Amino acid sequence: MSVLIFIDHSDGTIKKNSFEALSYGAALASKMGVEAAGLLLGTVNTDLASLGQYGVTKIYQVNNESLNQLDAQVYSKLITDAVNQTGAKLLVFSNNLTGKSTAPMAAAKLKAGLVSGAVALPDLSEGFVVKKNVFSGKAFAYVSLKTDVKVIAINPNAYTIQTGEGKAEVLQLDIAVPERKVKVTATHKVAGKVPLGEAELVVSGGRGLKGPENWGMIEELADLLGAATACSRAVADVHWRPHHEHVGQTGLAIAPNLYIAIGISGAIQHLAGVNRSKVIVVINKDPEAPFFKAADYGIVGDAFEVVPKMIEAVKKLKAS
Amino acid sequence: MKILVCISKTPDTTAKIAFTDNNTKFVQEGVQWIINPYDEWYALVRAIEIKEKDPSAVIHLVTVGGADTEPIIRKALALGGDEAFRVNKDPQDSFDVAAQIAAIASQNGYDLILTGKETIDYNNSSTGGMVAAILDLPYISLATKLDLAGNTATLNREIEGGEETVEVNLPIVVSCQKGMAEARIPNMRGIMAARTKPLKVVEPVANEVKAEVVRYELPPAKAGVKLVSADHPEELVRLLHEEAKMI
Ligand SMILES: Cc1cc2nc3c(=O)[nH]c(=O)nc-3n(C[C@H](O)[C@H](O)[C@H](O)COP(=O)(O)OP(=O)(O)OC[C@H]3O[C@@H](n4cnc5c(N)ncnc54)[C@H](O)[C@@H]3O)c2cc1C
Ligand SMILES: Nc1ncnc2c1ncn2[C@@H]1O[C@H](COP(=O)(O)O)[C@@H](O)[C@H]1O
Repeated sequence: MSVLIFIDHSDGTIKKNSFEALSYGAALASKMGVEAAGLLLGTVNTDLASLGQYGVTKIYQVNNESLNQLDAQVYSKLITDAVNQTGAKLLVFSNNLTGKSTAPMAAAKLKAGLVSGAVALPDLSEGFVVKKNVFSGKAFAYVSLKTDVKVIAINPNAYTIQTGEGKAEVLQLDIAVPERKVKVTATHKVAGKVPLGEAELVVSGGRGLKGPENWGMIEELADLLGAATACSRAVADVHWRPHHEHVGQTGLAIAPNLYIAIGISGAIQHLAGVNRSKVIVVINKDPEAPFFKAADYGIVGDAFEVVPKMIEAVKKLKAS
Repeated sequence: MKILVCISKTPDTTAKIAFTDNNTKFVQEGVQWIINPYDEWYALVRAIEIKEKDPSAVIHLVTVGGADTEPIIRKALALGGDEAFRVNKDPQDSFDVAAQIAAIASQNGYDLILTGKETIDYNNSSTGGMVAAILDLPYISLATKLDLAGNTATLNREIEGGEETVEVNLPIVVSCQKGMAEARIPNMRGIMAARTKPLKVVEPVANEVKAEVVRYELPPAKAGVKLVSADHPEELVRLLHEEAKMI
């Protein structure tokens, strides 16, 4: 009986979402009075023993470079084998893009109940009940898992990373790696930027910005804050911005700590992707813009006047 | 080329979300039901485009649901499916949906099984992966592009911080999202034709409940927006720093 946490990585680096998953899994294990271990498929540049700081006592690794790129079929087979070998009863993933691909496959192979999009630790007072997001952030559901082995995929940014003292014991798993059927022929990464799904701060622009040439101030504000940039669908549809920046019902759903919406009306389909943000700031020249109803802070004003002044104020703050 | 497109029914994106019976039931009154946007705009339309290039292709649709899902299936047929299966069951959880779809798929043998990226009500994003696992097929999730050449599919899929291009031999399971195709609306001919297209009702295979929603909850209402004068954006920056402690 133990908790096994899947560790996601790319380009030799463990993803922040995985530190959240490790912290979540470790907290769950201590709540249940069992041990927590991490599972890493492939190789990374991090000293694996140091992951003990997130509360896990062991890290299992399948040390094989062919695993550094996602193949959900291969991953889920190895994860299933690892669960069986280690006797884990709980499997935790980040519900990031890799998790969305892998967790359901692993759950089905294990015939385990799955909660994807969990936002909190389970309630163990009556069975095993996990709170998750439903209706695109407009509500929560409490899901009771009925199976012996259980799988939870925790939403990015829903659980705060917790660190302490401790070293994990690193153990190699001896599992045959099946041949991958999905061949990766090219990757197109947005270099040097904070990935939107992992970002704690996001600056986003809408059609109110009038044209792609006006995104300079959005990027400058984002860079100053260490934020990622996003946009409304209306903006991605006319190709002012790349579509991977589009957030909302049909785009990416994000839950940063701070979401700054500039020149975005706040249509319900846009809100569906951002309403889980902890703090929402809206800058819009129309006081009737629906976004103000979902906002914590706002300025009714012209973005072309307000944003440059904000940039100056942030520069001053950073300098002080 | 045999394609199976998984179609689910969801409340319209603007539907009011409310619960009743001690927060155990979604209030359906006044809710307009639609084909889940990802299933319609991306999975189904891409299948139709493939068939337009290769008229020998066959598109089957499957939905797991009660008789109330039939208008949705008819609309999907009007857009361009050839025939549809309705597995007669209100699904209990994602695994149940996947088990039913996998049963249909193993009887008919498809080259391509397409799902949407997620349903906009439960946001599970799970069905496609579970179908792939049950059938032991490769799964390409969150695809933004799908091209076929003979037995090989080339896809773009979203990964953390970007996209990657992958190649894989059929049969495969794919979850589809924006980029895959452009939304269409059904035309009159399609709507007429849909009336006579076969819609087969099949009985479900047995399945044990693995996950069950016990209740719902609405998020606490926001306290209301704190407005700052447009003349003093520096005040907003101060509040974000000192009060919200965000920057
Ligand atoms: C099924 C469906 C799914 C959808 N999915 C999504 C989705 O995922 N994401 C999404 O974003 N949209 C989505 N949409 C579209 C959505 O309904 C809106 O049309 C879209 O979000 C509008 O984008 P916008 O706010 O940038 O543009 P607009 O609605 O044109 O709003 C522009 C805003 O900018 C303000 N403005 C103008 N000039 C200035 C200025 N100088 N300074 C400050 N403010 C200014 C205006 O007051 C206005 O509020 C979807 C629609 C449908 C039907
Ligand atoms: N009841 C259902 N019947 C048929 N297909 C479904 C059903 N529920 C979900 N799907 C398919 O699976 C996809 C992902 O759904 P979900 O895993 O529930 O988020 C949807 O976009 C549909 O393509």
